[in-house]
Amino acid sequence: MKQSRTASLFAAALLCASVACPLFAQVTTVTIPPDIRKLQPPAPWEKIPVPPLHAFHPEQPTRIELKNGLVILLEPDHELPFINGSINIRGGSRDVPADKTGLIDLYSQAWRTSGTATQSGDQLDDLLASKAANVETYGDIDSTSVAWSCFTKDEDQVFGIAVDLLEHPAFNEQKLRLAQQQEIAGIVRRNDTAQGIAAREAAVLVYGKDSPYARQPEIATVMGITLDDLKAWHAKTVVPNNIIVAVEGDFDPAAMEKSLRAAFGGLPRGPAWPKPSGEFAGPKPGIYFVNKTDIDQSNIWILGLGTTRRNPDFYALTVMNEIFSGGFGSRLVQDVRTKQGLAYAVFGNYGASFDHPGIFYTIAMTKSATTVKTTQAMLKEIHELKTEPFTASELASAKDQLLNSFIFHYDSKDKVLARATELEFYGYPADYLTKYEAGIKAVTLADLQRVADKYIDPSRLAILVVGNQASFGTPLTALNLGPVTPLDITIPMPAAMRRQMGQQGAQ
Amino acid sequence: MTVPCLAQSLVQNELARFEKRVTVKVLPNGLTLIICDRPEAPVFSYFTMVNVGDANDPSGESGIAHMFEHLAFKGTKDIGTTDYPAEKIALAKVEETYAAYDSEYRKRVGRNPEKLKELKAQFDAAEEAANKYVIPNEFTEIAEANGASGVNAETGLDATQYFWSMPSNRLQLWAYMESDRIANPVPRQFYRERSVVMEERRMRIDSNPIGLLEEQFLAAAYIAHPYGRPGVGWMSELSQITATEAAAFHKKYYVPSNIVIAVVGDVLPADLSMLEKYFGAIPAGPKPEPMTTVEPPQVAEKSVILRMPTQPLFLEGYHRPSYLDPDDAVYDAIQDIFSNGRTSRLYRSLVEKQQIAADAEGFTDFPGDKYPNLFAFFAVPNAGHTPEEMRVAINKEIEKLKTTDVTDAELEMFKTRARADLLRGLADNQGIAQQLAYYQERYGDWRQLFLQLNKINAVTKADIRRVANKIFVPSNCTYAMVEYQAPPIPPALPQAQPSPGPQAPAKGGAR
Repeated sequence: MKQSRTASLFAAALLCASVACPLFAQVTTVTIPPDIRKLQPPAPWEKIPVPPLHAFHPEQPTRIELKNGLVILLEPDHELPFINGSINIRGGSRDVPADKTGLIDLYSQAWRTSGTATQSGDQLDDLLASKAANVETYGDIDSTSVAWSCFTKDEDQVFGIAVDLLEHPAFNEQKLRLAQQQEIAGIVRRNDTAQGIAAREAAVLVYGKDSPYARQPEIATVMGITLDDLKAWHAKTVVPNNIIVAVEGDFDPAAMEKSLRAAFGGLPRGPAWPKPSGEFAGPKPGIYFVNKTDIDQSNIWILGLGTTRRNPDFYALTVMNEIFSGGFGSRLVQDVRTKQGLAYAVFGNYGASFDHPGIFYTIAMTKSATTVKTTQAMLKEIHELKTEPFTASELASAKDQLLNSFIFHYDSKDKVLARATELEFYGYPADYLTKYEAGIKAVTLADLQRVADKYIDPSRLAILVVGNQASFGTPLTALNLGPVTPLDITIPMPAAMRRQMGQQGAQ
Repeated sequence: MTVPCLAQSLVQNELARFEKRVTVKVLPNGLTLIICDRPEAPVFSYFTMVNVGDANDPSGESGIAHMFEHLAFKGTKDIGTTDYPAEKIALAKVEETYAAYDSEYRKRVGRNPEKLKELKAQFDAAEEAANKYVIPNEFTEIAEANGASGVNAETGLDATQYFWSMPSNRLQLWAYMESDRIANPVPRQFYRERSVVMEERRMRIDSNPIGLLEEQFLAAAYIAHPYGRPGVGWMSELSQITATEAAAFHKKYYVPSNIVIAVVGDVLPADLSMLEKYFGAIPAGPKPEPMTTVEPPQVAEKSVILRMPTQPLFLEGYHRPSYLDPDDAVYDAIQDIFSNGRTSRLYRSLVEKQQIAADAEGFTDFPGDKYPNLFAFFAVPNAGHTPEEMRVAINKEIEKLKTTDVTDAELEMFKTRARADLLRGLADNQGIAQQLAYYQERYGDWRQLFLQLNKINAVTKADIRRVANKIFVPSNCTYAMVEYQAPPIPPALPQAQPSPGPQAPAKGGAR
């Protein structure tokens, strides 16, 4: 599902390939002091007419629940001659035993590359490539999936392959080895960039080293995973009442329904997947540090525990986020980037996940020499959420931003289907978006003050710095927040492998 | 060769459908406007493509095209200021004091530290005075309070592009804002933004192994053409760019005849006259002269070895002609056959069969496509394997391509996928706007988006062998490797270090 760990979220933002993305955060709020323009005639843009927006009520997907509990969502779209579908299955990396950490990565790769009882993965590769079609398997923290995409004319054959993978996978020793090797290639490289280190250690600080939301695959856990583990995971999770099938594109709904019923109707119902649980204490306050000697920029992450979207205060927190860090005009970006020029990448969010607490993060990257100065500026902005009253202008602008861009949550059929699938997966009501819009509209200044008082607690935050200590100038102890705890990021490696890698041992 | 009629006719149908929906108008000032009606939802996306990139940066000013892109978010004579006439005077003072500081700072002999400090103080005071008129970030705030989504820009070596999506009842507001920032940008808070961009360089290159490898590789592969310079600029040059230089760059390159703008979504030909009112008002200027530099033929094989505390990496490249070369589609075919998915040759050989690499691919148009560029290979060795093994294995695959025809199936897969990719790219407003603007700018006709398939369909096995034999030769090759070297044991933590002055050029790639 869309749900992702903070780590991957930032990886995506930071790996932006082109030279310039001036806005990491893409939403913003207006903080023009209201009195500045009051005395002047309207500005040119204020005279430009904004007619009412054309009415727009996109058709919601058709929802069909089979007798065995499998849910189907259908969103026809005839603009282009393609069909795209996904089979989403509950259960992901947070649900595997600690000593099997990495199982979902290996499973989701070897599932597809191994192929089916009748066609090897390599044969599938050739067949699908010749049709410019895809069938791929994926794994995430709370789900796995099979997704397909093809020309309309190839739907029967390509969908057939997707179903065959679901019902007759042929997990293969050789492809498991390959997946293990790729996983290990990633593990030995995980300390090569400061951002990668920071994202990983941030989750460890917030959720705890052994938490299913933070733990890392290690060479030992990856090597200990067997074909039987993959097969057992498959048997346990491929249960129709834990599956949502979503299809979008150029099809006739009645025919598609018939085909999906025929494919999935016969699967026997199984135990319902348990709801997630867990204790979330948040980080142990303090300063944590990783010394990386080959860089000239520090990654600074200030971390706390966030909340879930079921929290009734979610709407007020969303508006608060806009004001705090929503974009260029937000307090954080305005100060750290625009006014002080300390960072290019600066962002923050009181994170809210669908079914477990997210992370409250404030992040900046700054040259080594301004590490302490930037940390102080970030802490000040966090603190001022409580001490600098929100203004009516800040509230109005944040709402304008959230509500006027609201249509981009559902302005195409594939987005409509993606939203609906997400809500179905996490058990949220289908009219959630409507409620969300109303919830944002209802937020008041008093709500903002209340949630800032209730949720922002600077004394419960951890500060993580990954940087080159020798160039800091001012030491981290100057923050006066207690001792600095160094973090050991050594990658555990079997002695034989360390020897084989010679000088390449990861530090 | 069999022609897969169905997919072919699908493309024909799409072209016919677009012919009905697309309107192109070249305004009297030379600016090209493209609108494409796609009425699914009451929204639109736009893509402004300015035909200037960091390859056009004047000598000594590397990074200026990108720096200007950042400036384009700082507002105009109307947006972002409380009093433009007064601010204009204050900004002139900023430039004057900066020039005085700069000329002292750049003295190689006889620089007077006391005087430098004094000049810096005068500059700081002038900057402070100008800041009084600034309404920070007002430009983006207006856009986003009006529902703009995905507000962003990119500067490549070839072009600079600006884009966002908005509810369609804000089309006129957008036209006002976009035309105003093209015509009337104001270089406010320039020197603070320069610090921001220096942080961007530290993030993308100086503190990033792949960024550093790429920079060192390109600097070795090119001896004359600016493709050898990092787009973000060398730190020393970036840290000395002035607002005056940025204004001169804008004047020369941001002329209407150098700009194509595409708008896609809930927009009709009837909106053209309104759009023309705003974009037609941008003053015309002479079209910038084409670049004179052409990279000379490479005569020697080159290699670059980086020893760093980072796991090994491998990057190799061969010079090829620009996108206008008649063989352009042949390079696309080679890229597809080497790299597209698990059926590709490099995956099957290096990743699956030999199991020496976690990832290996060949790709064309690096680091740009407007000028002669490189066909490159990138490989990530598995644990315990070396960059040299990557080089040997890749060269074996290259040899095979030179000596043996590709299979019918491989060639057909490439053509089928090219058609499918084209059609799949027509699914969202932002993507369509980008493609229409790109093809209009590069070929003078957006239809090339569809017509390029004719060139792709014409590629033969013999073409592939001929082109492979032409470019994949040692004297045309540059390769770069990252080899692991343990970090030095850090000395005891010094309590304090003198920090460089605010204007001191920070260290570049050196480490």
